[in-house]
Amino acid sequence: MDIKSLQDRFQEKVDAEIKIEPRDWMPDDYRKTLIRQISQHAHSEIVGMLPEGNWITRAPSLRRKLGLLAKVQDEAGHGLYLYSACETLGVERDDLFQQLNSGKAKYSSIFNYPTVTWADIGTVGWLVDGAAIMNQVPLCRCSYGPYARAMVRVCKEESFHQRQGFEILLTLSKGTEDQKAMLQDAVNRWWWPALMMFGPNDADSPHTARSMNWKIKRFTNDELRQKFVDVCVAQAEILNVTLPDPDLKFNEETGHYDFGAIDWDEFWAVVKGNGPCNKQRLVARNKAHDEGAWVREAAIAFAEKKKQREMAVAS
Amino acid sequence: MKNNWPLWEVFIRSRQGLNHKHVGSLHAADADMAIENARDVYTRRSEGVSIWVVPSEQITASNPDQKDELFDPAEDKVYRHPTFYDLPDGITHM
Repeated sequence: MDIKSLQDRFQEKVDAEIKIEPRDWMPDDYRKTLIRQISQHAHSEIVGMLPEGNWITRAPSLRRKLGLLAKVQDEAGHGLYLYSACETLGVERDDLFQQLNSGKAKYSSIFNYPTVTWADIGTVGWLVDGAAIMNQVPLCRCSYGPYARAMVRVCKEESFHQRQGFEILLTLSKGTEDQKAMLQDAVNRWWWPALMMFGPNDADSPHTARSMNWKIKRFTNDELRQKFVDVCVAQAEILNVTLPDPDLKFNEETGHYDFGAIDWDEFWAVVKGNGPCNKQRLVARNKAHDEGAWVREAAIAFAEKKKQREMAVAS
Repeated sequence: MKNNWPLWEVFIRSRQGLNHKHVGSLHAADADMAIENARDVYTRRSEGVSIWVVPSEQITASNPDQKDELFDPAEDKVYRHPTFYDLPDGITHM
């Protein structure tokens, strides 16, 4: 079959909402786009453990520590589901790690911001996981089967993350003046980076149309960002915090909240490696990987020895 | 250094009485470690009562290009279904 007919047949399946599975024919660019997107997503889960792991030993109570530990463990799990989905496209896990550790691969820029107070952990749960959920729920309907199935798992687990974050903030919001100030300070610092998580404005996002045509993406960056802003306003009121945007106001005509311009210079600076923690994150990743090398090698050696022993017994 | 542990496919029985179902894959040095890792990766919230792990390279899959020759022959065999057979009105227990 010629390439044009294969492409047509592929697009007909996608249009008919028939999932594409690993061994099905797919255009090279579809495969490449998915490998890039799924691996970046996996890397984000893995790097995402770092800013939160930072607070596990300092969580203010056992209840908080249990929640945070379970959440960080989930992030590791989510990374593994996603790497596994990515490998169905014909890439190897070691190559993906190599791309992350060398700094060649990108991950969500949000994790290049520091978690300086306990309120940051709550805010990460509320805003960062909230934005992630907004992005991830439509991915459960992605045209590529293994990615969609991984996302169903991720989304089921993610809602606990957001709620544990919100509960932390709710507690602070009913606390002392210092605690309330700490809460407001964290929201001030995380609000804009959270809005940047949805990516560039639609006009500056050249691949959006193609990804939507392939049903990898279901909504544009700006559509998802708007949904996120709309739901956050009421939640901020419950927490008694101000969202740091003087232009934020309800628009009777559109039925949505208008909001101020995003500082895209900051966004691109962080993407290009100049955020507050980019270097620190990569150093931590590489350290964990390098220091774990002997474990990986020992496990292989042990498995090999066991196999030899079993063969000796059998013969 | 490249040192990929082999890839394993993971199947979980979610509760007694149901089939094991494919849930994903993971890397592990051997079968025992694959079971332990599958426990941590795929059953953190009581999703399973039993785990199978199979080396991915041991799985033989049908080729999607052969879908028609494999599965089309079943499509025109409507007489394999109960609704193909005409019965009089009023008949019960059948």
